Amino acid sequence: MIAPALPLWLAVVVSVLLLAGAGLALLGSLGLLRFRTFYERVHAPTLAGTLGATAILLASMLLASFDAGRPIVHELVLGAVLFTTTPVALLLLVRAALYRDRHEGNIAVAPPPAEPGAEAADERPASGPQ
Amino acid sequence: MMRRWLPYPRLALAVWLMWFLLAPAPTFGAALTGALVAWGLSFLPVALEHGRRGARRPLLMLRLAGRVAHDIVLANLAVAALLLRPRAKARRAGFVSIPLDLREPNALAVLACIITATPGTIWVSWDPAAGILVIHVLDLVDEAAVVRDIRGRYEAPLLEIFA
Repeated sequence: MIAPALPLWLAVVVSVLLLAGAGLALLGSLGLLRFRTFYERVHAPTLAGTLGATAILLASMLLASFDAGRPIVHELVLGAVLFTTTPVALLLLVRAALYRDRHEGNIAVAPPPAEPGAEAADERPASGPQ
Repeated sequence: MMRRWLPYPRLALAVWLMWFLLAPAPTFGAALTGALVAWGLSFLPVALEHGRRGARRPLLMLRLAGRVAHDIVLANLAVAALLLRPRAKARRAGFVSIPLDLREPNALAVLACIITATPGTIWVSWDPAAGILVIHVLDLVDEAAVVRDIRGRYEAPLLEIFA
């Protein structure tokens, strides 16, 4: 709900933040189209996930705080959750792509593992006898 | 004793604060349920333990957070500028291998979040035996500079925080 007596300066600040956030999200989506390889494309959505999201969350915080007459900071939780979950999703995508590329022998797009068989031990210490 | 009944005090505090923040009104009931949820949830990571080592140096953590925020803003602008250029010019994307001294799993997880959350760099793989991290860089100009930045700006403070 937008209070009727929203002062002009606040309306301007909130609008600028919203447009900046939306613009970054749009650019990120554009990047998905324009980049050519999968590994390049994964970079694009991070624009929306970081600065874009921050701008929109700031706008939301300002507006909600003005409406309620006290600081509203719920959006900080959203920001923290975004910062920790977006990388996990992107990492899973990249690892899936890497797994397929190595499996199909597209070594050109990714350096081979240090030694054959090291792939399975990735990310965690080897559990077998050392 | 403390470790047994409250294994992750800082995690519990964070969950409790979050609960309090999201509650419709800061009442005693909300504080009590939040405390119970936080206490219960702080037992979950016990199942994931791997010879844990706590994070130290809160001031350094803040400085690292500020540095990461600064780098993410600059990287956003750089990638946005890259996308706004009319046609892709002589831009080269590629993989960079970075030898790391960092071995602590939690520290590596934080580094993965930092690198992946920054537009323009993505964590690709980590070889624990050789200690080599592979990242993908969108606009690769100078590989040595990438290695220097990751090691100096992020790995060095993480080594101290998770020492």
